[in-house]
Amino acid sequence: MGFPVLTLVTFMPLLGALIVLLLPAANTRAIKQVAVITALVTLALGVIIWAAYDRGAGGLQLQERAAWIPSIGVDYHMGVDGVSVPLILLTTLLTPLCLWYSSFTIRERVKEFFFLFLLLETGMLGTFAALDLVLFYVFWELGLVPMYFLIGVWGGAKREYAAIKFFLYTLTGSVAMLLGFLYVYFSTGTFSIPDAAASMEAMRPFGANFTVVSLAFWGIFLAFAIKLPLWPFHTWLPDAHTEAPTAGSVILAGVLLKLGGYGFVRILLPVFPSAFRYWAPLVATLAVISIVYGALVCIAQWDLKRLIAYSSVSHMGYVMLGIAAAAYALGTPQQATSGAIALNGAVLQMFSHGLITGSLFFLVGVIYDRAHTRDLRAFGGLGSIVPYFYGFMLVAAFASLGLPGLAGFWAEFMVFRGALAIMPVAAVVGGLGIVFTAGYILWKIMQHVFLGPPNEKWLKLPDMHSWEIITLAPLMASIVLVGLYPTPLVNIINTAAAALSELL
Amino acid sequence: MPASEVLTLLSPELVVLVGIALVLALDLAWRDQPGRLLPFVALAVPVVAVGPVAALWGRRESLLSGMMAVDPFALYFKLILLGAAALVMLGSVRYFQTRAGRQGEFYLLLLLATLAAMLATSATDLISIYLAFEFVSLSCYVLVSYLRGSRLSSEAGLKYFLFGAVTSAVMLYGMSLLYGAAGTTSLEGIAKALRGPAASLRWLAVPTAVLLLAGFSFKIAIAPFHQWAPDAYQGAPTPVTAFLSVGSKMAGIAVLVRVMVVAMGDFQPAWARMLGAFAIVSMVLGNLVAAQQTDIKRMLAYSSIAHAGYIMVGFVTFVLDPAAFTGLNGVLLYAGVYLFTNIGAFLGVIAFEEATGSTTIADYEGLIRRSPFLAALLAYFLLSLTGMPFTGGMFAKFFVFAPAIQAGSFGFLLAAVGVATSIVAAFYYLNVVRLMFFRTVEGANRLIIPGAVRVGLAIAAAATLLIGLYPQPLISLASRSVVMLGALP
Repeated sequence: MGFPVLTLVTFMPLLGALIVLLLPAANTRAIKQVAVITALVTLALGVIIWAAYDRGAGGLQLQERAAWIPSIGVDYHMGVDGVSVPLILLTTLLTPLCLWYSSFTIRERVKEFFFLFLLLETGMLGTFAALDLVLFYVFWELGLVPMYFLIGVWGGAKREYAAIKFFLYTLTGSVAMLLGFLYVYFSTGTFSIPDAAASMEAMRPFGANFTVVSLAFWGIFLAFAIKLPLWPFHTWLPDAHTEAPTAGSVILAGVLLKLGGYGFVRILLPVFPSAFRYWAPLVATLAVISIVYGALVCIAQWDLKRLIAYSSVSHMGYVMLGIAAAAYALGTPQQATSGAIALNGAVLQMFSHGLITGSLFFLVGVIYDRAHTRDLRAFGGLGSIVPYFYGFMLVAAFASLGLPGLAGFWAEFMVFRGALAIMPVAAVVGGLGIVFTAGYILWKIMQHVFLGPPNEKWLKLPDMHSWEIITLAPLMASIVLVGLYPTPLVNIINTAAAALSELL
Repeated sequence: MPASEVLTLLSPELVVLVGIALVLALDLAWRDQPGRLLPFVALAVPVVAVGPVAALWGRRESLLSGMMAVDPFALYFKLILLGAAALVMLGSVRYFQTRAGRQGEFYLLLLLATLAAMLATSATDLISIYLAFEFVSLSCYVLVSYLRGSRLSSEAGLKYFLFGAVTSAVMLYGMSLLYGAAGTTSLEGIAKALRGPAASLRWLAVPTAVLLLAGFSFKIAIAPFHQWAPDAYQGAPTPVTAFLSVGSKMAGIAVLVRVMVVAMGDFQPAWARMLGAFAIVSMVLGNLVAAQQTDIKRMLAYSSIAHAGYIMVGFVTFVLDPAAFTGLNGVLLYAGVYLFTNIGAFLGVIAFEEATGSTTIADYEGLIRRSPFLAALLAYFLLSLTGMPFTGGMFAKFFVFAPAIQAGSFGFLLAAVGVATSIVAAFYYLNVVRLMFFRTVEGANRLIIPGAVRVGLAIAAAATLLIGLYPQPLISLASRSVVMLGALP
């Protein structure tokens, strides 16, 4: 065990949170500085992890392991592979931007806000690094409480409803997941994720009782599906995203949803490969419904923030479709390559969706701070009034639409390229989602907000401040970079995806 | 056994007894100037008594002709009771100074109740069990109706007394049947007799189990013998409510576990599922009704019914499948966590009542501005009761639900009801958090929290956090404490 960089990256935000807690509440300047600096240090650690991961070797690296609750064999076991490294980088990138942006927009109860936000980052990073089921559960739940407060205290008009709905939905999933984890423990005698994956494998095809295996599978599935969110478990999302403060929406859409997708890849696929393959058609069906339904709702939405929230339902459907296709391909050697491509696409989609939707929610925050409305019918012709905002929105929206050369394209391309060979019908129907996405991006956002005759009401609308540009510039650069040169990212993801698609 | 040995084994109780005499004497001596020091003298008693408990650690002896036993199981529960008494006293200092002129009697009664509960955890004979139980009950009846001027308090005491008298009679009837069948009142003797010479009367075990469980369930406040609890919890002085919810509940659990395992273990098929059904009703009813309460003491009363149900899940699964997960460990672990979490929550309620005079949930609105310390800690205890990570509550739930999953389909049913009702529980615990944090009230004054309550809150929160971060020491302690004299290995 070398330098414990994973422990450091996970608990660095917690350290910052504790420092924030000790500062006097009136000294908001120091609180903001501590928070942003902590998040930047964490970002540096995220970059170090990215650089330190040996792509040639693949597999789990940077592992740390120490006994935590020896009576029941629970370890403090951290480690990363090609799936977690990009997501850790994404988290450490989005958090400082959120904190930087919030240091200008949050004026009430500053100390609590930055304390909770840093606590949330520890929860997210811990989840991406945990290799023990109990540890994973602890970090998973840790993310829940701060987000509940972020929505409930700093949210919009319906914040109390949105906060408790978010909490209860996630908690329902969590307890089902806990029961599933216990089943895994009682079947394999270990809480370690890699060890459990190895021994459940030995129980192929279905162990003794397929009904029980399926129950455990769906219990864990429920938690990840709610988080993802997959239709029909998505109804908390529009409320939570719409009511949350801007930085909350960004981190919710940018990272918290990825916890669901990550869970499928980290736990469900390796531990329940056979059950996942058996249920893959059903899962793919739900994914396709999410894609199409989410996009259709977007077309019918007039609230800009709610529209982007629903676009997450649609876009995270691609993630699920990619994973389901990869699961369905398990055990069929001639489809292993397609499965790996679909899985690569799914993880890449998580990363790029984090960048894109993060940007979009920031941009919604920018316009809402000025216009105090998010009603698409109220805008029009903003393109000539706020050119910077127009430019940023253009990049983010077209990336969301999947324009080649931007981050969204490669992920969608790979998901559909992989899925088409494995589940052609699902892929074709899911492809409709791309068409509808073009519809709502171009018609609802571009046309209603920026094109047409300028609305006189907004003629004096100020363009983006420099600090808003500083917030968005790194995201724009990343979107273009991933769009033009995705190779480093795909290489690292592929080390994990290739291994996962040869499970059976 | 020489007398000195007996006295050594009873030293924790003797320390409390001497403390009681001291408090009584000082109360008389300081009659003219109501002693400001008296609460702290009383507080020293349970703290000092931890010493002899620790010194006896690991002993397994039967004494007083088999009436009492000193074993790890009893000592563990004694620690919990002493902790409960100490924390409750920290919350009582200001409470009784401002409310009742005669605070000396309160500490006296609280120490008496603690002593009685400690004796109950050691009792291994139907007679000593009944005596200890009545001793606990009588002290508690007076404690509940302690605020003589308050009609609510008197009504609560009366209700508690009437229910208690009836269930005591029922339990006593069960004990007499058991004695009639086995010809002995010793728990171990009963098990032996029904296995051998009195085997023809084994059928009596079923009705007896029902009658005994009725009596125990009353003390623990599990459904359907819980009806007294909401009124008594609401009407009693809040520190007394805190003690009822942990002290007398834990004494009841200790006795229930000992009697059912040692004397009735053979007849497990006759009662385990019935107790499981009680647990299900407690979890469902406790949580659903708690969600509708407007008074925080009443809400916590119903929540404590639900928590007793969770603990019973742990016990019933242990009985159904002793090898499941870590066995009886879950019950003991839950008891340890519940001590800090629930008394912590009650200390928060006491602090708020001290400062505002209210126990209405709606009045907690905007507490974060009025006292960030109190709001944060109370929220933390409520999250622990919900079972969130980095609180002891999470591991407590984990260790009672995990064995349940392993113990067949009935165990799975218990676990499923348990987790489903925890979600309902999250709703009403968080409702308080919502009011405290999401709302702000303009012009509300800052609250002043008495120093002793602050100390109590801090201790309880630190313990809950410590267990949540690193539960291993408590787990080890609990797993060494499952040893009961006379229980089959």
